[in-house]
Order: sequence, then C-alpha cells, then structure tokens
Amino acid sequence: MTPNLTYVATVGVLFAAGVTLLLERSLTRILMGVILLSNGVNLLILMGGRAGGAPIVGVTPQERMSDPLPQAMILTAIVITLGMTAFLLALAYRNWLLVGHDEVQDDAEDRRIARLAERDEGPAAIDDENGDGAGPPARRGEVTEPP
Amino acid sequence: MSAPDLVLGAQGALLLVVVHALAAVAAPLLVRLLGRRALYALAAAPFAALAWALAHTGQIHAGTAVAGTYPWVPRLGLEFAVHVGALGWLMVVLVGGIGALVLAYSARYFAPDEDGLGRFAAVFVAFAGAMLGLVICDNLLVLYVFWELTTVFSYLLIGHDPARRANRVGAMQALLVTTLGGLAMLAGFIMLGQRAGTYQWSQIAQMPPGGGYLTVALLLILAGALSKSAIFPFSFWLPAAMAAPTPVSAYLHAAAMVKAGVFLAALMTPAFGELNVWRAVLLTAGTITMLLGGWAALRQHDAKLLLAYGTVSQLGLLMAVFGAGSRDAALAGAAMLLAHALFKAALFLVVGIVDRSAGTRDLRELSGLGRAAPWLAAVAALAAASMAGVPPMAGFVGKEAAFEALLHGSGVDRVVLAGLVLGSALTVAYALRLLWGLFAGKPGVIATRPRRAGWAFVGPAALLAVAGPVVGVSAPAVGGMLAGYADAVPGTGAPYRLALWHGFTPALGLSLLALAAGSAVYLLAGRLAGRVRLPIDGARVYDRVMEGVGRLAVEVTGATQRGSLPFYLGVILLALVVLPGGMMLADRPWLRPWRAWDTPVQAVAAAGVIIAAIFAARALRRLTAMILVGVTGYGIAVLFVLHGAPDLALTQFLVETVTLVMFVLVLRRLPAKFSRRPIRAGRRGRVAIGVAVGAVAAGMAYAATSARQAPPISVAFPELSVSYGGGGNIVNVTLVDIRAWDTMGEISVLVAAATGVASLIFRGAGALRRRRGSPPAARASGTGTWLITAPDPGTRPQSIILQVVARLLFHTIVLFSVYLLLSGHNAPGGGFAAGLVCGLALTVRYLAGDRAELNAAAPIDAGAVLGTGLFVSVGTGAVAMLLGGQVLQSALLDFHLPVLGHVHLVTSVFFDIGVYLIVVGLVLDILRSLGAEMDRQQEPADDVSTKEAV
Repeated sequence: MTPNLTYVATVGVLFAAGVTLLLERSLTRILMGVILLSNGVNLLILMGGRAGGAPIVGVTPQERMSDPLPQAMILTAIVITLGMTAFLLALAYRNWLLVGHDEVQDDAEDRRIARLAERDEGPAAIDDENGDGAGPPARRGEVTEPP
Repeated sequence: MSAPDLVLGAQGALLLVVVHALAAVAAPLLVRLLGRRALYALAAAPFAALAWALAHTGQIHAGTAVAGTYPWVPRLGLEFAVHVGALGWLMVVLVGGIGALVLAYSARYFAPDEDGLGRFAAVFVAFAGAMLGLVICDNLLVLYVFWELTTVFSYLLIGHDPARRANRVGAMQALLVTTLGGLAMLAGFIMLGQRAGTYQWSQIAQMPPGGGYLTVALLLILAGALSKSAIFPFSFWLPAAMAAPTPVSAYLHAAAMVKAGVFLAALMTPAFGELNVWRAVLLTAGTITMLLGGWAALRQHDAKLLLAYGTVSQLGLLMAVFGAGSRDAALAGAAMLLAHALFKAALFLVVGIVDRSAGTRDLRELSGLGRAAPWLAAVAALAAASMAGVPPMAGFVGKEAAFEALLHGSGVDRVVLAGLVLGSALTVAYALRLLWGLFAGKPGVIATRPRRAGWAFVGPAALLAVAGPVVGVSAPAVGGMLAGYADAVPGTGAPYRLALWHGFTPALGLSLLALAAGSAVYLLAGRLAGRVRLPIDGARVYDRVMEGVGRLAVEVTGATQRGSLPFYLGVILLALVVLPGGMMLADRPWLRPWRAWDTPVQAVAAAGVIIAAIFAARALRRLTAMILVGVTGYGIAVLFVLHGAPDLALTQFLVETVTLVMFVLVLRRLPAKFSRRPIRAGRRGRVAIGVAVGAVAAGMAYAATSARQAPPISVAFPELSVSYGGGGNIVNVTLVDIRAWDTMGEISVLVAAATGVASLIFRGAGALRRRRGSPPAARASGTGTWLITAPDPGTRPQSIILQVVARLLFHTIVLFSVYLLLSGHNAPGGGFAAGLVCGLALTVRYLAGDRAELNAAAPIDAGAVLGTGLFVSVGTGAVAMLLGGQVLQSALLDFHLPVLGHVHLVTSVFFDIGVYLIVVGLVLDILRSLGAEMDRQQEPADDVSTKEAV
C-alpha cells in the first residue's frame, strides 16, 4: 500500500494539537485535546484499509469495496469517545463546583514525598507529619447541597 | 473405599489439612457461640493429627513411609504428594500433640472477654494446619507454599494486639526476615527441581545433582532454613517476636514453626550431609548461634526473652548436630528435636502462667513464688532439668547422643563438640537463672502473691514436662522409632542406640562437665553480666537496612514523582518520540512510494480539519475552542464519506452533534475564558512536545501504511457477512457478529461511563429519584402550548419555533431511528447510529422545553434503559450458547407473517437492539445529568441572587 499524504498530514496536525492541549492543566482543554487525539487516531486506523465504495454487499462490487475492518474498529472508538467526553465533562463540572475552577492540581501525596526527600527524611516521617494534625488538605469551596 | 481407609494413610493426612482449614474458618463463629471454651473444641483438629500419627506408629516403625500422590497442577510439577517417614512422623506428633495442648492452655490463658479471640483461634488453627502440611508433603513447591503460610500466620499471631508498637514491629521483622529467606529457598528448590526433573523430594534424594550448581542451590535453601529457625545472623527476629501472646511463643516460636528450618535441614541431611558446603554452613552457624544465644539468655531479666534466646541457642545446637551429617548425629538430632519441643513449650507455658497469676514475668520482681505455687515450680523444674541435660530426662539422652556422635567424628567435629559443650554449660546456667529468678525468694523483694492457677491451666504444661522423663526412660523405644530416619544417613561403625545408661563413657563425662561448668557460670554470671556486648547485632543491621530502603524509596520517588501530572505526561510522550520515533527514522520510510490523495476533495476537507485543529489549540475562549474542535470532527466525517465509509460518517456526524450539545450544557456553567496560567513559559515546551509527537505519529502513519504487504483479513468478510451474518452491511455485521465480543466490551464501557457521569453529578438527598426522572406533577398541564409541559418562562428564554419543530419532529425522528436500527444489517445504520438519532430526538425535546419536558418525553430511568440494553445484548449471546451454538452466534430465520409478508430475521438484530438501548440510555443519562440536574443545582442560587438584587 502507498500512504496517502493528505491523511498523513492531517494525522500529524491532529496529534500535535491534541497533545499540546493534553499537556494543559484546564480539564476542558485536556478534554478537547483528547477529542482531537481520538479524531487523529481514528484517521490513523482508517489508513490501515484501502478506500473505495461503501462496504455493503449488493451496493458495491467486492473488488471496489473499502476495507470494512478498520471501519468497524473506528465505529466503536467513536462511541467510546462520546462516553469518555461525557465523563470528563462531568468531572470538569464537578471540579469547578468543588474548588471554583477546572484545573488539574499537583498530586498532594507526591509533593509530600518530594518534601521529605528535600529534608532527607525517611518514610516514617510521614506518620509524624500526620500526627501533627497536618492530615489530608480540607476541600476548599465545598458547595453545600441546596435543599 | 471404607471409612478407615479414608482417614488413614496419605489420604487421611491430606484430609487432616482440610479439617484444619475448615476448623479455622469455623473458629470465629465457635468463639462467638462458646466464648473461650471454643478453643477446647478446636483442639480436636491438632489432636486428630496426633491420633493419625499414633495410628501409623507400627507402619513407621517397620520402616514403611506413608506415601501417596494426588495431582494438582501437573504442568507446573505441582502435586499433593504425601511422604511421611520417621522424621515426618515425629514432626506430626509434635505439631499435633503440642498444638492440641497449647490450644487447651489458651482457653485458660486468655481472658473470657479477650479482644480478637475469634481471630486468634482461627489463625492459630490455620497455622497448625499449615505446619502439618509442611511436614507431610513431599513436593518441594508445595512445601514452600506451606512454609510461607506458616510465615504469614506467624505474622498475624505476633501482631495479635496491633495497637501495641512492639507487636507491629516484631511481626514485621519476623515476616520480612523469614520471607526473604523463604524466597531464596524457593529459588534453591527450583534449581534442584529443574535439574532433577521432579519436585518430589523422595525422588530427588535418590539422585541428587552435583557440582557448583548444587552448591548454589544448597546455599539458597540454607538461607531459608537458617532464617526460619532464627540462626545467626538472622537470630534477632525471634526475641522481637516475643511480643506475641505466650501460647503463640510456646507453639510457633519454640515447638513448631522455628523447627521448620531444622526439619528441612534434617530432611536433606541424608542426601547432602557429606557435602562440605552443607557441613560448613550448618556447623559454623549452628555453633555460633548456640554460644551467642546462650550468652544472651544469661543477660535477660524478662523470663520470656530468656527463653527466646535459649530457643535460639538450642536451635543452633540442633542445626550443628544435623549438620554433622553422620548417622549417629542425625539420630541425636532427632532426639534433641523431640526433647527441645517438649521442655521449651512447657517452660513457655509456665512463664505464661506466672505472668497471668503474678502480673509480671520480670525475674527481678518475682520472689517466693516457689513456696506459693509449689506444683508450678515442680513442673518448671522438671522441664528445666530436661533443658539442662540432667539425667534421666529426654534432654540428657539427646545431648549425650550428640556428644557421642561428634566424639567419633573428624577433627572439625571435635572443635564443634567443644563449642557445644560450652553451649551446654551456658544452657545449664540460664536454666538455673530461670528457675531461681521465677521461684526463689529474694531478699529485699516483696513476696509475690499469685492468684491460684487451676489444674486446667497448669495441666498442659505439666503433661509436657512429665513427657521429659518418660521419653528419657523409654529412650530405647524412642530410639527405635527415630532410627528409621537416622538409618537413611550413611554412617560408619556400629550404630548408636539411644539409652539412659551406656556406662562410663567420655560422653557422660562431657555431660557432667557441662553441668558442673554451667553451675559455675551461673554463680559467676551475676558479675559478668553487662560487661560483654555482642560484636554484631543483627537487629541493628536490620534497622539500618530498613531505614536505608525507606530513604532510597523517598529519594527515588521524590526525584521522579514531582507531583505535576503534565510533567509525567510529557516524560511519557518524550519517550514515545525518542524510542519508537528513533526506530522509525532508522528505517528510512521516506524511500518508499507515496501518493498525495485518493481524490483532491480529500485535501479540501483535510485542510479544514488542519486549520480548525491549529486554531483550537490556540483558542482562549471555551466556546471558540469547542466549536473549532467540533469542526475537526465534522471534517473527519467528510473524510469518512470520501473514503467510502458511510456508517462511520453517519455515526461521526451524530456523535459530533451530541458532543456539541454536551459541551454547551456544561460550558454555560463554566467561565467563558480559560483561566490564565500564572506561568506562560511552559507554553513553548508544550507546543514543542506536541509538534514532535505529531511528527512521530505522522511518520508512523506513513511507515506503517507503506510497510504493509499482506492482504487484509477482511477480504473474506463479504462472503462471511452474507452466509454467516445474514446481512449485506459488512461493517454492521462485523460489529454484531464477526467481532461481537469487541462490541460487548465496548457497550459495557458505555454503561460504566454513563454511571460515572451520573454519580459525578447527582448528589445529595433525592438524587436517585431525580435520576429516574419522575416529572413534577404541578407543571404537567400543557394548555395552549406546543409542548406537553409548560416551561417556566422565568428560567430560560423561549423559542416558539423550536417548540413547534420539536413537537412535530419528535415522533418522526424516533420512528426513523427504529428504521435505522432494523435496516442497519443491509444498509448504513445499525444500533449505534440509531441510538444516537433517538438520543438527538430527546435532546431536541429537552432544549425546547426543560427537564420536565425531557421527563415527559422519556418517563423512564436512564439506568433502567442501560441495564435493559446490556441484558438484551448479553442475553442474545447467552441464548445462542444455551441453544448449543457458540456465544453470540447468529441464526437466520425466514418465515411468513400474515400482514408483513415474508420476514427475514437474523438473531443478531437483538444484540443490536441492546446496543441501541444502551446508546439511548447513555444520551438520556447525559441529558439528565449534565442538563436537568445541573439546571436544578443552579436554580436556588439564581433565586437567591435575584432576591438580593431586589
């Protein structure tokens, strides 16, 4: 098979834009990055089969049909992306509701271990830290449930 | 098979392990019903093991092992192979007999309202079962499994009171040390087994491998044995394990578990006893341990710790004796094994009684207990005499046999003998120290007034103590039993026989020397104590290592896990660029031929996608970004059309539309612009990574497509699709038939995602009812409007045109979706597209009215729709299986109906109906969550703000 350069370029740009957004901290942007990436991946899979007429027996003669297998795979992928989009949107909304923005924060536990490493302490120090009442950070801006 | 055959022999032994397991499971319930008396009932399990062993006494004495093999995982060489010879028989007697006695003792040791008694009983019985399995099994891998089970149960028993730090630390030390050794041992077992071609010890012992290979394997195995038996340099875990309740110390850390290492050494001595590496390790480690342990025991004030160090010392003695590797030494070792289990368990039980009745076990605080509790003192004296090797005790018989065996050995053996005599002197000294400390009246110390200990409490200890002289007196008979094991070890000269009296031999002289020297050491020890410290302290090394591991983990984690998720992602992506990207460049794919497009129209659509994607990445407003992302989606749909994929195009158009609606629903709640990043410096880095990944992806697309040479497997699909799937639309048939399993997985993901969405949005009281979507009764009066419900004009602007369109088109669209669903087998459509169309119809109703209108249009729980869909899909697959076909296999049915005429039905349509329902359920769930519920959550806040404005 010879590669279709139009597809190649489109896949490249979709990946580039998608990854750029994925590295952001705003959940909405990350979600848009995911969608762009999925579009790019779908196109990438599509390239695995040849183009042609609709793969329907009786409509297109078999030798002119496009490859149906990548299409079946992409079809499931499209709908999965829909489910994932819905989930991430709900996540972004929930995050906004709880803390007033939809940004992905640094992992608090990882930061704590990094602080231990800076102070040259062992893992036992975490127990001491908890003992001082410096437990998990309280959730800020918790919206009370309306009656 | 008759009943006696079942409970006797190898089957009976396996059955006993099962009985222990069942008893362990039942233990918590029994304890809840009967309180601590349940322990008496549970003692029946180890007692049955003792009875089993005694029933086979004749057979073992005749020299016939109890053996049998039952396959478990044949391909791994795993089988339940039972092989109980004289050594195994001895161990079963000890494990069963002492287990039953200690359980009976525990029924008095623990308070009636002891916390966690049910768990203790369960773990204790389970331990007895694991120990039993360990000593009866012949397969090394199965032995390893039981070995580690005893470690785990020991961990749980030491940690009986997890609130105390000493228990937690002790349990963890014992677990780590013995597990580490156990892993080494497993490696050694595998080396042995792979070389021998079998894991059955009875067969490996016949033809042991040789050379350096064997040396490595043996060293690994010995690491396991030495760590399990607390031999130097692993000794430190045993004293720390004394945090456990005393019955645990008596059983696990004196009689049973710590003997596992000795048992393993004894088991392998007949095969390896003459190898230098075997002798060197066991003799050296054993002798050092005996001396260090004995010396440390002299310096303890806690009676339990004294016994613990004494146990360490005696285990060293046992290892050294078995390590000598001669027939007589093996006999002596077996006798010592028996004697030690009896006297050490008895002594631990006595210390437990003292602890419970006097309230302390500190030797400095007890005084005059001998007068207050003479029977207890007598029991202790009997056991301690056996420990010290006073005739006519079992300990004397065993120790004299050991001296005798080493006297006739090589020069090395003589050196070891000197060490053991010295060690025995120390044993005498700490035995005296224990007795004096526990029971003597001390000047200046207030006399202890103990509570009376009942016969049921003292009885088990007394039985064990009395067994000492009984075994000693009947030494010839015991020796006859144990000779069955010892005779397997090659020896020279006339075989030694166990007896109380051999005449005036050098060995007797050594025994007397040890007794005399020990008494002297005891008298002098008061002055020596505290002056000499051990040069190497294993516990300190352990602490250092643990601290170092913890520090290393913190440093590594701190250096690699800085907490920033984009950073982690960036690292992963860079790896993608460098490794697969580099490999791709090395392949130089650009040398292969290419073409610009299939049709030039593709380039137009692609240009739209590219431009939209670039601007989407740069957009600052959420709405702009959303629309641009949508444009790329529609552009891709156009590409699908041009590619010849109508199903894909249809689905992509529909999904893109639903996505847009979702975005609008959520984004109306979020700020219009993306939050300004405080640091914009990272932007260039992100773009750079993005461009690099894009380049690699494009390169892969190019390389993968141009590298393809084989014809696609889908050339067979058209034929398969018609003949097996019964449909012309190959993509749809692929989804519901050829690759239906994939679809099954996918719709499960959809159900999970929908549930996740709902659980993120629906919160608080009444969430479940609201998710079901029962319409509010008050607003359900639709007079003079186009919709069923009258939207509240205050909440959102009205569009009469939208309402008219929604009203007119809704049923038509739903009907069209059903058409798409049913025709999908032969034309573009199918469950996914049809479900999305129906979902869009619902969306229009919701947008035109509000959530009450949505509830009126679909008065049903989205979860129920999802569940029904999954049930229908899975059910279709299951029915095919029940009818004798494969899961998800389709059947073609052609029949005639009165009105419709000829009907061609493919059963996979039911699968597709399930898919349809799930997609409808997903969209409905999204509308209820991101639409209706978010509306509701906003409303009270709006009300408050308007009121405040007024």
